[in-house]
Amino acid sequence: MKYMLLIHGASDACTPQEWGDYDKSLRDAGVHVDGNPLGEPSLSTAVHISADGEKVVTDGPYAEAREVLGGYYIIDVPDLDAATDWAARCPGARHGGSMVVRPIIEYT
Amino acid sequence: MTGDVNASVEAIFREERGRLLAALVRRFGDLDLAEEVTSEAIEAALVHWPADGVPASPGAWLMTTARRRAVDRLRRDRTYAARLALLQVEVDRTGPPVFEGTLPDERLRLFFTFAHPALPEADRGALTLRYLAGLTTAEVARAYLVPVETMAKRLVRAKKKISVARIPFRVPEPHELPARLPGVLQAIYSIFTEGYAASAGPDLVRHDLAEEALRLARILHRLLPGEREATGLLALMLLTHARRAARTGPDGGLVLLEDQDRSRWDRAMIDEGEPLVVTALTGGPPGPYGVQAAIAALHDEEPTDWPQIVSLYDVLRSLAPSPVVDLNRAVAVAMRDGPEAGLALLDALAGEPRLRGLHVYPAARGELLRRLGRPAEAAGAFREALELVGSEPERRHLLARLADVTR
Repeated sequence: MKYMLLIHGASDACTPQEWGDYDKSLRDAGVHVDGNPLGEPSLSTAVHISADGEKVVTDGPYAEAREVLGGYYIIDVPDLDAATDWAARCPGARHGGSMVVRPIIEYT
Repeated sequence: MTGDVNASVEAIFREERGRLLAALVRRFGDLDLAEEVTSEAIEAALVHWPADGVPASPGAWLMTTARRRAVDRLRRDRTYAARLALLQVEVDRTGPPVFEGTLPDERLRLFFTFAHPALPEADRGALTLRYLAGLTTAEVARAYLVPVETMAKRLVRAKKKISVARIPFRVPEPHELPARLPGVLQAIYSIFTEGYAASAGPDLVRHDLAEEALRLARILHRLLPGEREATGLLALMLLTHARRAARTGPDGGLVLLEDQDRSRWDRAMIDEGEPLVVTALTGGPPGPYGVQAAIAALHDEEPTDWPQIVSLYDVLRSLAPSPVVDLNRAVAVAMRDGPEAGLALLDALAGEPRLRGLHVYPAARGELLRRLGRPAEAAGAFREALELVGSEPERRHLLARLADVTR
């Protein structure tokens, strides 16, 4: 069962060492599927198709600092309890940051 | 004769439905399938038992029938089976229980699943009532005073989260219990208080609901005999429910503790609850349910030991601080030291946001003002309480008090 762990408002207090250790622990446990940090909000670009069918590209959006999606992991674990245990170990859950765990829906 | 069989069949179902469902969830790892075949097995029993007699082991009969239906269903529906097969592997790895005649009791898993912190708090009691107490969706809707469709939607949504986000059917490890058990106890206690405080309606106590909560607390206590807070919860509910008959007067109005007819208290329930309080408070630091049970036990004694009740509220306040505890403590202080002391404490709670909208705060103030011989202020407080009160017996009581101070 795959879950995406969304890392919101991760604090600068988390060191590269902490992120590296966490990443390694996911791989060592064999639950790591994917995971990446995302560029800061000022680097994000919004796209939608307007009512008259035109592609519209705009700067943004900018979320509140604590809500910024800073990165994600995809893990493969047996159930939600295992997923929340891994989320709790992530540096992004500390120093005022928070994690959101969402199941990945697979169509077979 | 048929009537007798039907009555005993009803009783068996009430007892077996939750056990059966839990055993099937354990076997197939899917709540929807378990629910479906549980209902089918019960329907089959309703056809066969009145004609053939109730089998020697009704639980085993139901389980065998339900399992057969589940296997049939999985043969018919390959996609469903494929989805479940994934789960099946994991169920098997943890060692499925062998079924031989007696039903293994798997209900503890469900208690924890339904009270899982990932589910909305408001749905936990509803799921527990529906699937562990075996109430129908319509009965659960009535319990929470919402339309049936609303409750059906809430149950479907909660079940979908259990299934899709895969909230596991498992009993937490011992080191997780301190974090998880309070949620289970709270789910059961919320059913009791809903039945008890009766936030609306013609009755002060909705006995059926309080009794379902008691039944669930007994089951949990049997499954977790060493957990003192589970014992404390059962004791608290027994010792509170013991006074139910005396809490309403012949006119249908609420009767305060000091005016209650002691002979109408349920002695058997008090006798059952008292030793449980001792167990709940022995062998470690007390928990909030154990302390509340001790407070309830003191209310069941004659005369009421108010000084002791006040000290227990002090303990409770340190374990689980809340303005409602402060309010109850203020009333106990009034009984110990006189209305003036209690009123001073109540006035200090004025404007507390978590008491706003609760009739008990102005009702308690009105009562103390009445006792202090300040009828005009008392009348104001009673009028305020009357605007907020939901249950008919409490309304009657407040109206009588208002009449008394405006005479």
